Amino acid sequence: MFRKPDWYESWAKANPIKSSGPLVLVGTVGVALIVAVGIVLLGNPYQTSTVQTGPRGIALGVIKIDASRTKDPTIEDYYTEEPWLPEEDEPLAGDIYENVQVLGHLTEGNFNRLMGAMSLWIAPEEGCAYCHGDGDVETYGEDTLYTKVVARTMIQMTQNINEGYPDHVGGAGVNCYTCHRGQAVPSGIWFSNTPVNANASGWSAVQNRATMNSEFTSLPSDALEKYLNDYNVIRVHDLESRVDNDGTASIQDTERTYSLMNYFSNALDVNCTFCHNTRAFYDLDQSAPQLGQAQLAIGMIQEMNLDYLTEIEDVLPANRLGPIHGDLPKVGCLTCHKGYNKPLNGLDMVTDWPELTTTEAEVTYE
Amino acid sequence: MPEYQNIFNQVQVQGEPEMGMDNGRGLIGERVGKPFLNTWAGWIGNAQIGPIKLGFFGLTSLFTGTLWLNIIGINMLSQVDWSLSEFIRQLFWLALEPPSPEYGLSMPPLDDGGWYIIASFFLLISVMSWWVRTYLRAAELGMGKHICWAFAAAIWLFLVLGLFRPILMGSWSEAVPYGIFPHLDWTAAFSIRYGNLYYNPFHCLSIVFLYGSTLLFAMHAATILAVTRLGGDRELEQIIDRGTASERAALFWRWTMGFNATMEGIHRWAWWFAVLTPITGGIGILLTGTVVDNWFIWAQEHHFAPAYDGSYGYDAYQAEGQ
Repeated sequence: MFRKPDWYESWAKANPIKSSGPLVLVGTVGVALIVAVGIVLLGNPYQTSTVQTGPRGIALGVIKIDASRTKDPTIEDYYTEEPWLPEEDEPLAGDIYENVQVLGHLTEGNFNRLMGAMSLWIAPEEGCAYCHGDGDVETYGEDTLYTKVVARTMIQMTQNINEGYPDHVGGAGVNCYTCHRGQAVPSGIWFSNTPVNANASGWSAVQNRATMNSEFTSLPSDALEKYLNDYNVIRVHDLESRVDNDGTASIQDTERTYSLMNYFSNALDVNCTFCHNTRAFYDLDQSAPQLGQAQLAIGMIQEMNLDYLTEIEDVLPANRLGPIHGDLPKVGCLTCHKGYNKPLNGLDMVTDWPELTTTEAEVTYE
Repeated sequence: MPEYQNIFNQVQVQGEPEMGMDNGRGLIGERVGKPFLNTWAGWIGNAQIGPIKLGFFGLTSLFTGTLWLNIIGINMLSQVDWSLSEFIRQLFWLALEPPSPEYGLSMPPLDDGGWYIIASFFLLISVMSWWVRTYLRAAELGMGKHICWAFAAAIWLFLVLGLFRPILMGSWSEAVPYGIFPHLDWTAAFSIRYGNLYYNPFHCLSIVFLYGSTLLFAMHAATILAVTRLGGDRELEQIIDRGTASERAALFWRWTMGFNATMEGIHRWAWWFAVLTPITGGIGILLTGTVVDNWFIWAQEHHFAPAYDGSYGYDAYQAEGQ
């Protein structure tokens, strides 16, 4: 079949070459090159470690990557300042300023400290004028700009998150910067975009288009509306091997759930196994603790969208409303997480800002 | 001496097109298309293209199949509001979806699955006509009916997915959408909805036969190619008059793994593995949602899904940090 030609055999005999030296060299350099390119492209394996969160062999774990490689770039621009311990007889903001509805119980120093920080977190270029207008300080009490009215509701919302959902926001807590990151309108908000198909109704109308809300899959685009801005139930499984057919979820409901899970996954840059043991998606006993975190978050987001963002419905100008239906801006996982499993790499957002951790009129400074 | 190989032929037979024999009972009737020779086709098979025998069932099949495809395409175009560029851009995302669940087995509005029902009706006629065609062509040529029965196995799975199971479930919404990505969404959601299809034993069998088919195909094809130079590619001759090619092929496998199929029997192995893939798969689909609603729990009840040894879940791992 394949034979070396005769001339080659005789030539090779007449010209013996010791080839092991060059071969070892080429082999060593070649392997080193492959390893080097691999490390550059795929990352250094010694900079990651995995904390196991479930039975072995099924990828249930949290991957820890060296923070220097995945540092959230917006941490650099985060402004914070320790609270000023209230002095005796220090005047309260509510006493010296007009129309301080939510933060009137703060001392003047802490009130102005928070106001200054908010301008850096939300409108670093426009400054105080973004909410208070171009007038003198005497006019700062007026509610003429919608931005100020929105800010008031958002402060209440932030206080509610830190107070009501400590198990989700953990020790880090949230403040304005967690979502805003120096932008007046936070990134990662969403609007309703269904129906997405013309000349169709029912399930045909809400799926099979690459949209932001479907994470560019062909799955339904109304998952965020149904699960994060309404109270639809995500659970699609039957919890016995055979049940009566009544009341079980449809394939279409399952696809919508799958769409929501795609959103979760991309918003946090994690895979299914961050929360689930994929052999039994529904089984909480086999899942990672992150599943409970996510379930808490769904309730938290529903509350933010339905109880707080609806408060600003009457004041928002048209250019802040949805491009298709003129609906309110809504929040989701991405609004805080922005592609990190811990927003801002778990940076402490509340120790310096105890005013934002309680809806009570009592703030404890240490 | 020129070599004649089975694929990527180095030698092509090109001359007057081969028209086949007549048996005096219409064997060569109803044929259309003037045959021609194509060098490209000759490199991978027979260089002759056509003629094709359509007949009543062939025409019916092509006509209804074309209707099915066009109903899908025009519905997709309608969904993007008749924009050709959007149609091309979103082609892999678009679909003709079955009706919403609330319509059950009734006829839904055209824009919510009605066109899907109509298109599916035409597809049913098209596929069935093509099956009749494979039967009739084989009968006319005096062949066995192995091909049409193998095709019937695939049709079984097709009917389970689009007809039998939706009827048993009482809703056309259970059927599979016609779209590139959307039918994959359906597949993923189907497994998730019914508690993980990997724990469906008929799904397991179907996978065994599917992967087994590819393995058998590779083993058989490689074996025959390996003994072609000894005449092994003339398989039928080797079946009735075993030569050195068969002897060596048999010895190779018997010495390698202790057992060998025969020159004839290997084709029955391959046929049954291929045919059992959709048959077992179809049984698995038919049982899902009709008899079993959660395959993982079913598998635990039947000691089929392993339980973890000792404690499992996050409680057991909380002590290790995190």
